[in-house]
Amino acid sequence: MSESLVHYVLVPFVKGLLTVILVATAAGILTWIERRGLGRLQIRKGPNRVGPAGFFQWIADVVKLVFKEDVVPSRAEKVIHLLGPLLLFTPAVVVLGLVPWGPEVTLFGVTTPLHAAADLNVALLLILAVSSIGVYGIILAGWSSNSKYPLLGGLRSAAQLISYEVPMGFAIVAAVLMAGSLSMVEIIEAQKEAGIWFVFPGLVAFFLYFVSGVAETNRTPFDLPEAESELVGGFHTEYSGFRWAIFFMSEYGNMISIGAIATTLFFGGWLRPFPNVAWLSFLDVIPPFFWFAGKVFLFLLVYIWFRATFPRYRFDQLMALGWKALLPISLANLFLVALAALWGAAGLKVLGAVLVLLVAGGLVAAWRRPARASVTTRMAAEKVEVRA
Amino acid sequence: MSETTPGTAAQFPPLEGPPLLGLHEMELNFGPQHPSTHGVLRLVLKVDGERIVSARPDIGYLHRGTEKLFETETFPMVVPHTDRMDYVASATNNHAYVLVVEKLLGVEVPKRAQYIRVLLDEMQRISSHVLWLATAALDLGAITPFFYTFREREVILDLFEEYCGARLTLNCMRIGGLPVDLTPGWLEKVRAFTEPFEKNVDEYEELLTENRIWKQRTIGIGVLDEKRCIEWGMTGPVLRAAGKAWDIRRAIPYEVYPELEFDIPVGKNADTYDRYLVRVAELRQSRRIVLQCLDWLEKNPGTEIRGKVPRVIKPPAGEAYAAVEAPKGELGFHLVASGGNKPYRLHVRPPSFINLQALPEMAQGHLVGDLVAVIGTIDIVLGEVDR
Repeated sequence: MSESLVHYVLVPFVKGLLTVILVATAAGILTWIERRGLGRLQIRKGPNRVGPAGFFQWIADVVKLVFKEDVVPSRAEKVIHLLGPLLLFTPAVVVLGLVPWGPEVTLFGVTTPLHAAADLNVALLLILAVSSIGVYGIILAGWSSNSKYPLLGGLRSAAQLISYEVPMGFAIVAAVLMAGSLSMVEIIEAQKEAGIWFVFPGLVAFFLYFVSGVAETNRTPFDLPEAESELVGGFHTEYSGFRWAIFFMSEYGNMISIGAIATTLFFGGWLRPFPNVAWLSFLDVIPPFFWFAGKVFLFLLVYIWFRATFPRYRFDQLMALGWKALLPISLANLFLVALAALWGAAGLKVLGAVLVLLVAGGLVAAWRRPARASVTTRMAAEKVEVRA
Repeated sequence: MSETTPGTAAQFPPLEGPPLLGLHEMELNFGPQHPSTHGVLRLVLKVDGERIVSARPDIGYLHRGTEKLFETETFPMVVPHTDRMDYVASATNNHAYVLVVEKLLGVEVPKRAQYIRVLLDEMQRISSHVLWLATAALDLGAITPFFYTFREREVILDLFEEYCGARLTLNCMRIGGLPVDLTPGWLEKVRAFTEPFEKNVDEYEELLTENRIWKQRTIGIGVLDEKRCIEWGMTGPVLRAAGKAWDIRRAIPYEVYPELEFDIPVGKNADTYDRYLVRVAELRQSRRIVLQCLDWLEKNPGTEIRGKVPRVIKPPAGEAYAAVEAPKGELGFHLVASGGNKPYRLHVRPPSFINLQALPEMAQGHLVGDLVAVIGTIDIVLGEVDR
């Protein structure tokens, strides 16, 4: 086999295949982690029957879903009904393909960047473009089901998209300003050169990105298009069997890709903490890929934590949040970051220090605030009914 | 729409036939098989996008003819049927029924039995309110409070099981008293339950009370002011959240409530958030009452659990009405006796049913997402609505 055939055909094919398998498997394992994690947060056990600690539950679930009858509503638009899940799943995989998982590695005599697709110089733009296609999957799935609850779910998704996409874009622009590049690899290398992860100067941008990312993945508290207690199942009410499983996988795939992008833009991708501090070099025993995966995993845990904590927003409230809060903040932040980036690496460090101090101060203030008597205890005390 | 009674047709168009929809409107069937209708309530919604133009409850999916069934049973045999009305608060159902028969019969219930009844009532109120909190939070997407409230509910149900053998349909009261005396050590177990309870309620509050999203989803939702509440005949936490301190335990006292100290929590804004606060405050007040009952029962040991009741219960011909403060509001029984050993007619005033009437008014103009909050906030049990 010639060198070029291996380099241009075999390696990309294997890497692409690995990405798809990885997304599907990780999504499955993630459901197990989520259910166990929620169980811990909710004083119950979670799955504990299939395999050790219920670990094979997700495999059992997949098997069940594959063999389930695939019901299509009688008056549904058959083609679009089929297209819906695929439109949602494909972007999730493509985005993960564009994110670098590690620096160059040598495996089986082939040296290649740990990166499913090429290191594009416009990777970030492509990610933005591709990831917003996923929403079409939801809207079309909702519309094509010929049912009212999915329709409402699809419409909610559209309303959601236009509200979070803009602040998300501005948050990403802030990261691009700091790095001076749209290439994911160069963004990571810029963080190495600058000596700090961009999360410090880009604290606000990171916050905006992650909040918008939760909205993009339709997770609590922004799970309006699904909204089980309101819209039964939302856009996927009329889906069953493996089509439903694809929706499920794409939700988790999207969570992983949001985590991966946040890691790349703000947490130094595969870099170890403080990549320039020499005495921390013992941290290099952990290979870069595992640093990357570990950071992504932390984001996924935050997702699960959110789910256990928050009630659900109403879609007009989400829109108000997007337009009235996140958008102005993202613009102001963009200005601030632009000024700091103009100053150079020192500017970023100063901005980062200021932001971290502000947050720390806020936390301390919140911590030291005296605990208030509970509202309901006060209620009875203030309005005591005179005994008859 | 043609030849119906004037005034009704326009307000309540028929369920069958073409829907009377505007250009932008859509008819949406909400239930009876919907995760948030708390049973088999069906709502026919007219929505403009997600905005609710009108909501029409369609009930009867759980109708079992309980009131007619009462007439075929002798007086003691009616008690288990009352369990199945508000099946998450069967002790108060039993209580309201035995009260009305005792009233007509003129039976004196021993003090000890009265205290145990109040104790059971208040534990039942706690279990019903925590179940409400669990489901109301779940409706708004907060899944965690459910498990924390069930932690307490399980303990209460276990205690009920130990006392009367049943967890849900208790059948725990008899005309003139109680079926059985307390098991030894039961009171200590109840006390052990009340000890961490205040702290546990704080935990629920930590998850919800100051939660921004919870507040945004509940403040200003489903407002029904005091005047409208009274016009609709609303009772219970819904009325109290509107600012009216109306509680049957104080207003028309029964059993030993006049001897007990407790406050009536009252809200101000008559919205879903205030109803939440009122119910949580009532959890704390119920604990207070439980503790007072425990103190009395521990100080006054005895075995007297039943008054002097004739072997065959035949109340004199006549009518009587008695009501208790059930967790959901005023639960009243109106008994018409003909002198026989069965009720001639036994009418129920179910709080869920009467509170449900105001749902269309409370939901109108809100979004579909708020509708589940409104259904939750009324706290209905379909077993009681349909009977």
